[in-house]
Formats: sequence, C-alpha cells, structure tokens
Amino acid sequence: MDLTWSDSEAAFRAECRAWLEANVPASPLPSGDTADGFALHLEWERKLFDARWAVVSWPAAYGGRDATLWEWLIFEEEYYRVGAPQRVTQNGIFLLAPTIFEFGTQEQQDHYLPRMASAEDLWCQGWSEPNAGSDLANVRSKAVRDDAAGGWRLTGQKTWTTRGAFCTHLFGLFRTDPDSERHKGLTYFLVPLDADGVTVRGFGRLDGDEGFAEVFLEDAFVPDANVLGGVDEGWGVAMATTGSERGLTLRSPGRFTAAAARLVDLYRRHGHGAAPSSREAVVQAWMDAEAYQLYTLQDVTRIVDGEAVGARSSLNKLWWSELDVRLHEAALGLLGPRGELIDASPGSVDAGSWMKGFEFALAGPIYAGTNEIQRNVVAERVLGLPRAKGGR
Amino acid sequence: MRFAFSDQQLEFAAAVRDLLASCCTPAHVRECWDNETGHSPERWRQLADMGVVGMTVPEAHGGLGMNELDWVLVLEETGRAALPEPIVETVAVGAPMLAEFGPTELADRWLPAIAAGDVIVAVQHQGKPYLAAAGYADLLLLASGNEMHAVPRADVRLVEEQTSVDGARRLFGVDWHRTPGTLIAGGEGGYRTINASFDRGALGAAAQLIGLADRMLEMTVAYAKEREQFGAPIGSFQAVKHHLADALLAVEFARPVVYRAAFSLATGGADRSRDVSMAKAYASDAASAVSKVALQCHGAIGYTVEYDLHLFMKRAWALASSWGDAAWHRERVAMAVLGPVPGALPVEPDPDPLGETLA
Repeated sequence: MDLTWSDSEAAFRAECRAWLEANVPASPLPSGDTADGFALHLEWERKLFDARWAVVSWPAAYGGRDATLWEWLIFEEEYYRVGAPQRVTQNGIFLLAPTIFEFGTQEQQDHYLPRMASAEDLWCQGWSEPNAGSDLANVRSKAVRDDAAGGWRLTGQKTWTTRGAFCTHLFGLFRTDPDSERHKGLTYFLVPLDADGVTVRGFGRLDGDEGFAEVFLEDAFVPDANVLGGVDEGWGVAMATTGSERGLTLRSPGRFTAAAARLVDLYRRHGHGAAPSSREAVVQAWMDAEAYQLYTLQDVTRIVDGEAVGARSSLNKLWWSELDVRLHEAALGLLGPRGELIDASPGSVDAGSWMKGFEFALAGPIYAGTNEIQRNVVAERVLGLPRAKGGR
Repeated sequence: MRFAFSDQQLEFAAAVRDLLASCCTPAHVRECWDNETGHSPERWRQLADMGVVGMTVPEAHGGLGMNELDWVLVLEETGRAALPEPIVETVAVGAPMLAEFGPTELADRWLPAIAAGDVIVAVQHQGKPYLAAAGYADLLLLASGNEMHAVPRADVRLVEEQTSVDGARRLFGVDWHRTPGTLIAGGEGGYRTINASFDRGALGAAAQLIGLADRMLEMTVAYAKEREQFGAPIGSFQAVKHHLADALLAVEFARPVVYRAAFSLATGGADRSRDVSMAKAYASDAASAVSKVALQCHGAIGYTVEYDLHLFMKRAWALASSWGDAAWHRERVAMAVLGPVPGALPVEPDPDPLGETLA
C-alpha cells in the first residue's frame, strides 16, 4: 500500500493547477442548465478542448492526453478545487464515450469521439419515458425497420432529458423487436436531434432552470450506422452506460472534497453560535467526502489490477448522492434564516448557491436509477439475495 | 498510489482466519462466557505459535517486527471471530509501546516473553478506566498523569471487578503504586507514549469492529436467504433488502477509512491522529448500525441467547464505546479540520486532551 502520489503525478497535478488557475472564469458562470448559461459553458468547453484538458484520459488522436485513471482523478480534483464551471458535455464524455469505446465500431469511434470532445456534438441521454423511469426495461419507444432506406424509423417519447433542449444528439434505447418484452429486443441508437420527425420541448426543473426536456419522435429516420452494439442487444450496452453513471466517471470524488472544503470555509465564516449538532453535521459531511475519496482510491486500484467494479457501482451511487444531500443540509443548517435566500437577494450568502446546490443534490438519489433501485441491485447482485416473486 | 494490501499481508490474515475458524467458534466464545477467566490458554498458545501474538515485537526480541499495515487485517479477523483475548492490548498497543518508548531493561525483560506467548498484556488509559483481561494478564500497562508504567500483575491489587454486557470481557479496576523501575516514559515522552498508544488502540478496536460488522452482516444475509415467511425467503422482500444494502454500505465505506488510518500510523503521517479518529468513528457507527439491522432482520430468533448473534453484537457494543466512542472521535476530527467553535474564547492548548475529554 502506498497512498502517496509519484513525482510524475505531482507534476501532472501542478500542470493542471497552473492552467486552470490561469484560465477559469473569474466569476462563476450562470447555470449551464439555462439557454444563456449553456452558451457560455460551451465557450469554456471549447477552451478546455483547445488546451487538451477536455478529455484527459482519452487517446491523443481524439483530443485527450492518454492520462491514467489516477491522473484523471487528479485532474478532477484540481478542476473542482478551483471552482471551474460544470461540464455541460458530461453526458457525452462521461456516459456515452465509455460505451462507444467499448461497443462502437472503428468508424463510430473516429466519427463521434473527436466531435464530442470538441463540444461540436452535444449529447443528451434518452433513457426515461413517461412509463419507464426506474423501470427502464418498460421502454415503449420503438424502431421499425426501413430496409429500403437502410435504417430504422423511431417513434415514441423520451422525457426528463437533462439539457435536451440545448443538445444536438440523443443516445437512447428503442424497441426493435415488437414481440419482445422487458430487456430483450431493445437496441441502442445514436439519434441526431435535427432529424425530421424529432421535436424537443424544454421544461422547468424544481431548481428553476429549464434544464429538462421531452423529446418526441415520429417516424424519425436513422441509418444503420447509428446503432451502437448489436440490434436487439441494447440492454447490455445500456447497462455499461449506467455503470459509468452510477460509478466513478460521472461523480469523481474531487467534486465532493471540493464541496466539503467550501463547507468548512462556510463554517469558519458562519459557524458562530452554531449548535453542537450543526458542528457535528459539518464534520460528518467533510468525513463522508473524504471516505468517498478513499473508497474510490481503493476501487481504482482494483480497476488498475483488472477487476471489474460491476454491481458495486451501486454502492458508489448511494454514497455520493446521499452525502451530497447531507452536505448541503449541513450548510443550510449553518445559514439558519438566510438559508432560504437565493440568487442576488440582498441577504443571501454566496449568492444563494447552497440552496441551489441543495436542490440539485436532491436530484441525486433519483437520477441514474433511484436509490431504491440501487439498494435492490446491491442486495441482489452484491449480497446475492433472492429476487422477489413476480418482479418488484 | 496503490490502495491495496500485499499478498503477504492478505495471506497472513487468511491464515489467521482459518485458525480462528477452528479454535474460536461461537461455541468457544460461549465457553469464555462461562469459564472463570474469559480466556483460553490453549488458544493463546496457538496464536503465539503462528506468530500472531508476537507480530509487533521487533525481530531482535523474537517477534516478526510488523507494523500497523501488517496487523490491521489480522485484527479484523480477530473481530470477525469475536476473539475474547486482549489482542488489541498485547499486539496493537503493548509490544509497540515497550519497543518504541520503553527503556532497554523493560523491553528486554518483556518483549521476548510476549513474543513467546508467555506474557499477556492488559492496558489502561484515560478513555478506558477498566482493564479488560487483567484477571489473567501478566503485565499491566498503566497510566498515571503523563507517565506510563509496565507493572507485573503480581504487584497490583485488582479491585472493583465489573460486569460487562459482553460476558467474555472481564473488567477490573486496579490499585497500584508507581515505582521508578516500572517507568516506560514520563514527561514529554510520556505524552507521546500515551497518545501514540491511544491511537494504536483505537485503530485496533476499529479493525475489530469492521470484522464484527462483516460477520454480523454475513450471518444475517445467510439467514435472510434461508428463512421463509409468506411463502418466500425474507431476503426477497424489499424492506429487508434495503436494510441489508445499508448495512453493506456502512461496512464498505468504513473499511478504506480504517485501512488508511493504518497506513498513516505505519508511515508516521502528520494527520495520523485525525485519520485514526475518522476510522474509529466510522467503524463504531458501522458496527452499531449493522448490529441493529442484524437483529431486526433475524427477528425473534436473534433475540434469544441460544442463537449466536448476540455474542457478536455485545462485543460490538463494548468496542464501539471503548477507546473513544464515535462522538468523541468525530469531535477530534472536528478540532483538526474545523478548529475550535468560531467565536469561542481562545484557550490554551491542552497538554492532555485525552485525559480532559475522556476521564
């Protein structure tokens, strides 16, 4: 066991830090989940790409630096430490890209990955439907074969699609075998949102941003080249993506250790007269972020050794999503009556970012598979408990 | 960066697990509830023969010269088996204290005998006023103010025998007098001895709590797969599944925190006391939470003394509050990370924080 960084890793950290400190916008950008904020975030993404910091762990040919998993963790830690903008490209680079690396043809990799890294193509996720949320296998959207045109015609409705109104492409599951049920007969499609027959409508989220969208498809045509993995094999491909979403690629520990450091700073500024229970909540949140960091270092060591994380990624998701809620609750506890003040309200603290962060954190136990589903996955696939009779 | 144990460390822990699976079964633990001392001399001998008892004794004194990273998994195994003997006191605390801080005469006198399995150690510190295993220990490590002493049991009077909820734990107060010949360290060195030993004891208890929690979870998962109600295994019901998933979450996130604390102690890291406190807080909380889930999912059978679960639960309760409980350790982390309560009047640094807080 050696929990120290090597000289080359320390040098990589210094290089990240120097560039980020010189380039991160001086004042925070407006939320990337609004139309104006999204445009500003795109400028930032392109700046990251030009300096080759957009996708550090990818091959150089696709715009990366061939960074190791350890270096990626270091980059993420530095990224959040300086308070750099949210990654509006995250659903592409962190969720779809690992799946394209695993299942994509050479042509698909060469076509999609560079355009994703440079934020030319902007990807949103098309999993959920009005009747397929936690029960993802209940997908009804269908793809009908069009042999003459050499592709598929998609019909159906996707919803709760984050930043769907601002993106250019959607990845999602469609039923290609009309006689199939549940997780059989599904196919993973890559869908340009400007295709004929696709309509996107944005709508507001609980936190006030219009970051959600619903996507309607009516006989929208996509060519065969837009199938990722095999026809009728989409479930297995999609599970690889959800593994990334639950696990470490979407939520690196740096995000939470940085938030915990900000909470400690808030405590120093606003902890006067705080109740002992508030102090305890603050230190517990700090410890929980630290524990996530340690758990991740252990997991990454396993991955480097060639072990698969598999269903254990559900443990990750439970931890980071619930720690994020507790961390923001601890902050609001320190703010007392000022906790409810948001935006530029004269009495607000840190521009109301703690309430905004709390609202965002509350989505964590819901998206990427609700935490109830994650607990079922842990119980059945990690602990080996029997499935319920008759499904759930 | 590499957060994993060496093959040698894993193999040693696995060998200890195998040994304890045969000599420290729940039936054996029950024998220690019922016998006069709470101790099995044969088992101690077996552990000594394997090298476990002397693992932290320096090689020059006949031991294996191992450190915290080497023993943390072994201590976890002793927790998994609910081993009644004072392995934390002897291996994690006692031998390193004598080797690191004691004068040569004391080290020469006691360390080879510890490694040989002939001397068992009991430890007293400010957070733990009663000595476990003092009834059969040969050597007592006793604190007095800023001094630490190594006193043969024959030279003290055991008083006030206490009754623990864990029937295998026999606790005593001790009546003794300091003599120059028993002094391990005093003054500044005494504080360092006391603090370093406290951290090692807290880590040892944390490692045992991880093992206990893991064992209780394993028992409960096995039971939930087998026990049927309403025509189905109770483990197929979501309410039970979610309890058990939460229990696993608590254990699996406490584990790396405990292992990191072992690394910090073994390498003399600047934040080692903070890291140990995190470890003890998580391990105490995890074992307490798992014990409640285990009992709840077992239902009434778990509430009987015939069933083994209570042997592990009671040890977990005892250890969770021994060597500083979760709340005490959280506050020690808070002092390290947050500093004092903002706006509080500045206070002089406390030369004996453990004594003040825990006494």
